[in-house]
Amino acid sequence: MLGNIQQAFQGVWHHKLRSFLTMLGIIIGIAAIITIVSTIKGTNDQIKENLVGSGTNVVEVNIHQGDYQLDLSWQQPEGISVISEDTRRDLETLEGVEAVSLYRQRQWSSQVLYKDNAFSGATLGVDENYFRVYGYRLCYGRSFLPEDRTNHRKVVMLDTRAVAALFPGENPVDKVLEISGEPFTVVGVVEKSSQFRPVMESIDDYNMYADQTSGAVFLTEAGWEIAFSYDEPQNAAVKAKSTDAMTAAGKAVADALTASQIRDPKNSEYSYQSEDLLQQAEQLQTMSESTNKLLIWIAGISLLVGGIGVMNIMLVSVSERTHEIGLKKALGAKRRRILGQFLTEAAVLTSLGGLLGILGGIGLAELLSRAMDTPTAISVPAIIVAAAFSILIGVIFGLLPATKAARMNPIDALRRE
Amino acid sequence: MILTMENICKSYYRGKTEVPVLHNICLSVDKGDYLAIMGPSGSGKSTLMNLIGCLDKPSSGTYRLEGQDVAARKDNALAELRNKYIGFIFQSFYLMPSMSALENVALPLMYAGVPKKERMDRARAALEGVGLEDRMKFLPNQLSGGQCQRVAIARAMAGRPALLLADEPTGALDTASGEQIMDLFDRINAEGSTIIMITHEPSIAERANTVYHIRDGRLSVPEEDLL
Repeated sequence: MLGNIQQAFQGVWHHKLRSFLTMLGIIIGIAAIITIVSTIKGTNDQIKENLVGSGTNVVEVNIHQGDYQLDLSWQQPEGISVISEDTRRDLETLEGVEAVSLYRQRQWSSQVLYKDNAFSGATLGVDENYFRVYGYRLCYGRSFLPEDRTNHRKVVMLDTRAVAALFPGENPVDKVLEISGEPFTVVGVVEKSSQFRPVMESIDDYNMYADQTSGAVFLTEAGWEIAFSYDEPQNAAVKAKSTDAMTAAGKAVADALTASQIRDPKNSEYSYQSEDLLQQAEQLQTMSESTNKLLIWIAGISLLVGGIGVMNIMLVSVSERTHEIGLKKALGAKRRRILGQFLTEAAVLTSLGGLLGILGGIGLAELLSRAMDTPTAISVPAIIVAAAFSILIGVIFGLLPATKAARMNPIDALRRE
Repeated sequence: MILTMENICKSYYRGKTEVPVLHNICLSVDKGDYLAIMGPSGSGKSTLMNLIGCLDKPSSGTYRLEGQDVAARKDNALAELRNKYIGFIFQSFYLMPSMSALENVALPLMYAGVPKKERMDRARAALEGVGLEDRMKFLPNQLSGGQCQRVAIARAMAGRPALLLADEPTGALDTASGEQIMDLFDRINAEGSTIIMITHEPSIAERANTVYHIRDGRLSVPEEDLL
């Protein structure tokens, strides 16, 4: 066996150009598959990391009316009570939950003004856990103090995008802006510490991204009551212990809140529901995968063509070496030995092609990721499967020529010139 | 008896017509015999050699080699017989061009399943026996024709076969090299090996102890019996 392999390598080396051309189909096929699989994996990893967790593993639990999220700017729902601090602490003991923050939100507020500049992003009334849960960090100024809440100070914090919209080229700290006609003093500016950069698959993704990134203005609960409404039920931001725990943690919090906050939960049209980003991400992943799986089939055709090329050249090799086969049989080589020799040669040829294809695929994936700025991740199982598959191609397509060689009649083989 | 052939016939089919090549061949060879089978081309001597060498099976008749029935054997079993009992020497040597002299000689031993160290030792001894101890690592294309044929003889003898079967062993050599090869055959035979030689050259055939003539597929009575 070892001798066969060594001999096969010698044979391949002896016919360098011919071997390379024969391998080309396999090289291209395997390289294409490795590239596609790497791209799929890279995209999926990025979708999961960016879209699902934003790197922070936060699930939002919002009040829904039927299947739709309730927009509290138009109506205040009946029969939903404000979540108490005790309840919030209880939620943090649920399985998979690391921390819970309560907040109120207006998505399309156009009531934030500074001089002539209006701001169209979100306005949020947040508790003291909010910045920690979402992973915001203070850029300048100060954060909210306990006294801001107890003394009902009219203070506001902005994120960097809100600053860009309202205070272009100005330092916003200590400036006074207007929210719902009330003056609020800017005390600090925050930004998200992790970069949020989702993969765009559709226009909906873009809108979602644009909404979330058009900036936010933060008030305390006390400030919220001044600018908006009193006793408004909150939403919850649930930080899960891991990305995989997000779905379960979000659902647990939503169910607990529906049970404790909503009057007559069974018959109410209202409920708390978690935004299942993991599921959304999986849908996106499936979408990108199904496109690419089609490409894998196309690459598979290249492997088939490559395999036929190998078969063809092995047939040539068998007839070129008729003498050798005849001699070996005359000297007492059995069929199995001749079969083994040619199968090994075919397998060495294709596995060498597979190896080059894998290297080429990794290189191509790397190149693609740099040129088109898409992420790629090398998949080790894919490499192992590709290597095994290329050997298999050799064995399958080598079978016909090898059988032909093994069945050769030694007299005819020796006589032929 | 090493081999006995009784009423061996061999026909080929060209399309549907039967072409008889050998008719009722009877032959028996004892240990230590040195036979030449002579005949012009088309006489059926190659066919007879293929039959003796277990490369082919007779159409009818019985052939026993070292007590084994050849006709009843299939492809793989014939390969085993060849490997065990017959050492081939061909007109154009048929050495593996990518293998050294030593590896060439060891090749049939590999098919016999001899472990690597032992087969190398035996191959070395066989090469020494034909006077090529200083050419073991040489490739066939680095050797002269006479040297190549001596490697082939060493290869044929390495497996200690019952029978050496030589097909025009000097056909591709110049006269001087041919003489050397024939001297080597004489010596091997004197040391106890059984040799059957197929040739059309009378000067080569006369080296043998017994000369058979084959003509139109029929084997004549040996010359020594006529004397």
